[in-house]
Amino acid sequence: MKYSKKVMDLYANPKNVGSLDEEDSNVGTSIVGAPSCGDVIKFQIKVDKEGKISDAKFKTFGCGAAIASSALMTNWVRGKTLDQAKEIKNRDVTEYLSLPPIKAHCSVLAEKAIAKAIENYMSKRKE
Amino acid sequence: MAEKIIYMDYQATTPCDRRVLEAMLPYFCEDFGNPASGSHVLGERAEEAVEKARAQVAALIKAASKDDIIFTSGATESNNLAIQGVARFYREKGDRIITSAIEHKCVLEACYALKNEGFDVVVLPVSGNGIVDLDALKKSLNDKTILVSVMAVNNEIGVIQPLDEISAICRSHSVLFHTDAAQAVGKIKIDASQVDLMSISGHKIYGPKGIGALYVRKSPHIKLAPLFFGGGQERGFRSGTLPTPLCVGLGTACEISGWEMTRENERLTEYKDYFMGKILGGLEDVYLNGDRNLRIPGCLNFSFSGIEGEGIMLGMRDVCLSSGSACTSASLESSYVLEALSIDEDLAHSSLRIGLGRFTTFEEVDYVSSKIIEVVNRLRKISPIWSKGG
Repeated sequence: MKYSKKVMDLYANPKNVGSLDEEDSNVGTSIVGAPSCGDVIKFQIKVDKEGKISDAKFKTFGCGAAIASSALMTNWVRGKTLDQAKEIKNRDVTEYLSLPPIKAHCSVLAEKAIAKAIENYMSKRKE
Repeated sequence: MAEKIIYMDYQATTPCDRRVLEAMLPYFCEDFGNPASGSHVLGERAEEAVEKARAQVAALIKAASKDDIIFTSGATESNNLAIQGVARFYREKGDRIITSAIEHKCVLEACYALKNEGFDVVVLPVSGNGIVDLDALKKSLNDKTILVSVMAVNNEIGVIQPLDEISAICRSHSVLFHTDAAQAVGKIKIDASQVDLMSISGHKIYGPKGIGALYVRKSPHIKLAPLFFGGGQERGFRSGTLPTPLCVGLGTACEISGWEMTRENERLTEYKDYFMGKILGGLEDVYLNGDRNLRIPGCLNFSFSGIEGEGIMLGMRDVCLSSGSACTSASLESSYVLEALSIDEDLAHSSLRIGLGRFTTFEEVDYVSSKIIEVVNRLRKISPIWSKGG
């Protein structure tokens, strides 16, 4: 698979790898994908008092594109409001990373990961 | 310093041996005659070269006669010619064809094409260690069965199939037995008397790409319906002008493999044991796919729990390896071969094939095994489904 330099850099030196406290009411967690499909992303965001994402962490099982897409997503959502984060679409990731068409599903998974993490955070706030 | 590329994908293809290339070169521009042009000296020289090559191929597989060998464009054509050729010629005798779940795509697809034409295709299961289920074979044989096709060595996991036993079963039922020996010829001793038809590939044994052979026993006579029609070359089974340089390349490659097989296997067995010991000893939750003993030394296939195969390869761009076979590595599906071994799908996605061969050095084996351990450990740290060791 021929990947862009951006994918290679994110794969080789991913920032924001790790976990946040799932029990924290300010943290939203998502796990998307399935091992049997070859891709799993665990994505977490921490939201501050002003409603901005102050921290984001990920862990990914998958190919280089999946790792790079999720790493990129953590970089992008930091400092954004939840509404702004929702605006990030899979094609933004695909374009930025110049992903080959066969790997477009990795960016879809990254978009789903942030959406589900926001959903999880919102559901905690309602309680 | 320029990056050195390490090649460990010898089941996908092999580099052409320089001795093979040297033998081929005169037949491009000097002795370029058509081997079928018996009326002049250049035709005679080409014919002589082609027949010498045919004898070299025959010798490696201990064929009774060099005329048992038909040159083709490669193992894919050989497999298609054997399976479709037998099916079409012997259709009046019966319509059942038996093959196995771990065959190369070209065997399976050739069988599926026949199934679409109304043939009765039976796909045998394999055991967890990748050996074809012989009881299932016995049960599948009926009086309508015309052909059994089972590979000699699997291209993804390197497991050697029990050709002797399959052969005995087929003989006792008077059913033709074809084996795809693309990964076996030149690697293990293989005897044409065990089979009726055998497919051979040039580029898997340090010969050129674009040439292969099909062993079609001449006595007692086996007939095939041809795939190509034309001048009736190759006993009428395969029309088309023979590519003299490629035939010479295949013949020379077969001869060299015969000379060097024993020593090469000893060396590769040492490398394989070292590699396996280091990987299995250095990492938790690593599984060797396929039988531990019934395998060629040049092919190892591991599953690394918690991480994905392509992810590992990306961490070692200077090493040419494969996750899945070359034919399927551009697709996202996990390997149907590993699936047939009932390996969990997530472990199937975590697989890596390491191919060692003639030009592999101990330094390369040492470097790549260390590098795999390093990359696996790094990727497990970022894996959400790997929980051990923090």
